[in-house]
Amino acid sequence: MHSPLPPRNGAFSRRDFLQTTALFTMAGAAAPWRLLAEEKVTLPFANGERSLVKYPQKRPLIQLTSRPPQLETPFKVFNESVITPNDAFFVRYHLANIPTEIDVETFRVEVKGKVNTPLVLSVADLKKQFEAVEIVAVNQCSGNSRGFSSPRVSGGQLANGAMGNARWRGVRLKDVLEKAGVAAGAKQVTFDGLDTAVIPQTPDFIKALDIDHALGGEVMLAYEMNGEDLPMLNGYPLRLVVPGYYGTYWVKHLSEITVVDGLFDGFWMSTAYRIPNTPGACILPGTTPKSTVPIGRFNVRSFITSLTDGATIPIKRETLVRGIAFDGGAGISEVLVSSDGGHNWRAAMLGKELGNYSFREWTIPLTPAASGPLELKVKATNRLGESQPVEALWNPPGYMRNVIETVKVNAA
Amino acid sequence: MKAHRLFLCCAVFLAAAFTVSAAPLKIELPPETAVFKTAPGSEAAMAQCLICHSAEYVSMQPLLTRTAWKATVEKMQKKFGAPLPADQVDALVDYIVKAYGAAPAPVKAPAAPVK
Repeated sequence: MHSPLPPRNGAFSRRDFLQTTALFTMAGAAAPWRLLAEEKVTLPFANGERSLVKYPQKRPLIQLTSRPPQLETPFKVFNESVITPNDAFFVRYHLANIPTEIDVETFRVEVKGKVNTPLVLSVADLKKQFEAVEIVAVNQCSGNSRGFSSPRVSGGQLANGAMGNARWRGVRLKDVLEKAGVAAGAKQVTFDGLDTAVIPQTPDFIKALDIDHALGGEVMLAYEMNGEDLPMLNGYPLRLVVPGYYGTYWVKHLSEITVVDGLFDGFWMSTAYRIPNTPGACILPGTTPKSTVPIGRFNVRSFITSLTDGATIPIKRETLVRGIAFDGGAGISEVLVSSDGGHNWRAAMLGKELGNYSFREWTIPLTPAASGPLELKVKATNRLGESQPVEALWNPPGYMRNVIETVKVNAA
Repeated sequence: MKAHRLFLCCAVFLAAAFTVSAAPLKIELPPETAVFKTAPGSEAAMAQCLICHSAEYVSMQPLLTRTAWKATVEKMQKKFGAPLPADQVDALVDYIVKAYGAAPAPVKAPAAPVK
């Protein structure tokens, strides 16, 4: 019988596609991917048509790419709860040889390099030998919202759904490194996971943190997400959690931790994931940065989640507008909302604090006096006084977008 | 009697839980359905680009200039090790901009006088 799987590296014709589609249909309810090609969404920028596709352990998510998988969270999920459910959490891989079967009994993470005692640890060892800690923290892709860059830039064309907020449980990287004993002169720690490149010429996905950051006590080796094992596509059974830092550092299926005595110069640190070395990481649109540095902490962002463009709200009646705000770890101190395009601002009420690295929910009542269009804007400020720009900042890789967001609604 | 049944229930549940936790986690990814647009040169795109990634890596991009596409193809070749012979780079870029469209090259200022 004809295999429903396309040839891995070869041609795949339209006829194959039609035959495959027919097979999916015949497979009926047994095929978890039957939603494929049935549900579409259009992200609000040119060439934004996407399929909603169901992956294992996931609800249907916005498919950016299929190999390796890159899945975006539909934005309405952020209005459901301040914690992003595991089955809706975004997925981002770089290299196509991703693990699809892992036995947690045989999985090991190695701690090696400039350490006194190299370690080889199972997840059970981590749970047994180290104190368990929990943190609620946002993971956000460096290129979240890249599709809104103007002028447009190449890369993953994401709307605002490459972010999520979860309660991570695991052990401190610091405790593990101290057990191994960091040798004098250590400068950085590198992190590698089980995902590998298809061809040996492609640089393996390895990330590095400075030794002080690695030993700071916040970076975590997480084995649980929202009270459950990590989903496979989010790094099962162990991933790095780097609170306040972009997702590029949150290495999945973490298998090797190496202490090094120099600055790690692998492709994914020295060439990729770098930002202009300027305030706001921005340069004039269309130009090239003079110098760059590795991307680091999140800037301040805020979103309206309860209303979308084109929504209608009643006049002379109160509508409770809701949203989220977050930053790189200082914590959100103020959220301001405007309903007249940014002329006048009112302070929103901040919701329950789940820690400085979490989404912070906010609400504000809005009672339009008259019918007509309303331009809602939201602007957050963190405890360092950092806020969001009125006009979007630009850089060539399309990283770190944090413009004040606008939602246009009608009062009627 | 009731307690006895409860105990049995718990024992069965625990045994099941233990069995589940000991089994490897295995997932099956949905099939890859995206294909490159058929046009002169699409064979090269299928032979080269599909080694490492699916076709959406190209199809999802906005309109980029030919220069930007050439830089991307060269990045794949030089940084990611795509086994694309140097003399085939332009043909592959031609295919991409023809099949997927391209943004006009930015106007250079000051513009050269038109003859």
